[in-house]
Amino acid sequence: MTSITRAEVEHLARLSRLALTDDELDHLAGQLDVILGAVARVSEVADDDVPPTSHSLPLTNVFRADEVRPSLTPEAALAAAPASEEQRFRVPRILDEE
Amino acid sequence: MTDLTRLTAEELAAVVASGEASAVDVTRAHLDRISAVDESVHAFLHVDHAGALAAAQAVDDKRASGAVLGPLAGVPLALKDVLTQQGIPTTCGSRILEGWRPPYDSTVVRKLREADVVILGKTNMDEFAMGSSTENSAYGPTRNPWDLERIPGGSSGGSSAAVAAFEAPLAIGTDTGGSIRQPAAVTGIVGVKPTYGGVSRYGLVAFSSSLDQAGPLARNVLDAALLHAAIAGHDPCDSTSIDAPVPDVVAAARSIDIRGLRVGVVRELNGEGYDAGVRQRFSEAVELFASLGAEVGEVSCPHFGYAMPAYYLIAPSEASSNLARFDAMRYGLRVGDDGTRSAEEVMALTRAAGFGAEVKRRIMIGTYALSSGYYDAYYGSAQKVRTLITRDFAAAFETCDVLVSPTTPTTAFRIGERTDDPLKMYLADLDTIPSNLAGNASMSVPVGLSPDDGLPVGLQIIAPALADDRLYRVAAVLEAALNDRWGHSLIEEAPAL
Repeated sequence: MTSITRAEVEHLARLSRLALTDDELDHLAGQLDVILGAVARVSEVADDDVPPTSHSLPLTNVFRADEVRPSLTPEAALAAAPASEEQRFRVPRILDEE
Repeated sequence: MTDLTRLTAEELAAVVASGEASAVDVTRAHLDRISAVDESVHAFLHVDHAGALAAAQAVDDKRASGAVLGPLAGVPLALKDVLTQQGIPTTCGSRILEGWRPPYDSTVVRKLREADVVILGKTNMDEFAMGSSTENSAYGPTRNPWDLERIPGGSSGGSSAAVAAFEAPLAIGTDTGGSIRQPAAVTGIVGVKPTYGGVSRYGLVAFSSSLDQAGPLARNVLDAALLHAAIAGHDPCDSTSIDAPVPDVVAAARSIDIRGLRVGVVRELNGEGYDAGVRQRFSEAVELFASLGAEVGEVSCPHFGYAMPAYYLIAPSEASSNLARFDAMRYGLRVGDDGTRSAEEVMALTRAAGFGAEVKRRIMIGTYALSSGYYDAYYGSAQKVRTLITRDFAAAFETCDVLVSPTTPTTAFRIGERTDDPLKMYLADLDTIPSNLAGNASMSVPVGLSPDDGLPVGLQIIAPALADDRLYRVAAVLEAALNDRWGHSLIEEAPAL
């Protein structure tokens, strides 16, 4: 397997929504390379005729009866919010300013 | 008067039921013990004095009214800080959840309340259950009661230490790659990972959803069984909860016979890299099984060597997705919201400030393994290994009723010894990971102190999915034989704190 570059690590940090410092990126680049090198061994036995297992249980969708049940009040749901306004979560801008 | 903190959970329930001591007395004794020793052990992140005493008072009132009490009524318990308890701080060992008070109870907590168990507080853990030492907690490490310079295992290290230090007779942990069994092994207590889906994950903050499972820690096998029975069972709130009867683990823990039981020693989980002292205690326990009438043989699981690499792809992949919910929008930490920054910038700043180094590492590995172009080679291959390991187990269980191995390759290591080397830290879960990948039932039970360093050694017992009772049957007989040999239980040898 190819080794991971610092530019790739920077890209991964962006995808992961982690604003890492240069020092953290330098440190992580080395560590990720070592860890990925060690775990890449899985491909040695992952032959084409082996089916993948995503879960140990045979999963099927589970539905509950469509009944009205008690739920959180708006106050309880918003109690831990970093910011709220008019019974809504208040968030920073999500669109670029034009 | 007897020191109530030295009693077993079964004994405590009996003294409460008979009126020999009140539930409030029992709770107060444990709160006092926590006040006396937790400054040095640091098992707890939050102690709920008022809530615990109120819950104990309710048990005493119930008894006074003539109601029949359950088998754990009035027994104190330590809860891993990854399970929600309404109104009680739940941090998962992370800064990103500091101060968060969940608005609902997890199903495990609801069942504990229904069983009249008294929850003393929340225990320390590796951040989001990622680790094997509790050194990854944002709130500082927990210390091993056997040697305060050593780790108590992880990620449920606060829970194992609380039980081993007699701060609580029972604790709840969670096990994604060994996080109940490994801490139990290195602190000389019993820890069980039930069959995946046996205990509801509702209200368990998710790390790796296909692997996470909550379970009991206790100082003896019967206590673990009583707690297992109290928290297990189908839950409509968890779509992966198994809709089948819970095996009768309590009856199994009271059994006294393993004659004819086929015990398979897993060849791949021993040998190079294992402490000599661990191997010695393990072999002695295996000989004991034979002398008790079990049929002991060796069995090979050829793909187990690939379990650790597969796990360190699957768990981080699931974690990178699960931890996306910590987005600074609805609860938890928010950093850098100065009115000019975008939501995406605030998210990235918050996550960088709120997550510790190991969590960041795993999110990045998971993101990489799931990326287009790498998915097949990494995550896809790991899922195939999961199939191969499940097949290895299936083949082994054709000739064996249970499998055994050491729970960990080494005894408790020193605090700080492995923090700079993630791969070395990951080796602590070498023996425990296969059961998580296959979803079967697995337990660690103490088998003595290593002659190398005088620290506890654990033996792992693995049973097929839904055969959790078999773990208890084997462990109960082993425990009785060992206690008979020693003249007391192993935990009695732990140094006074």
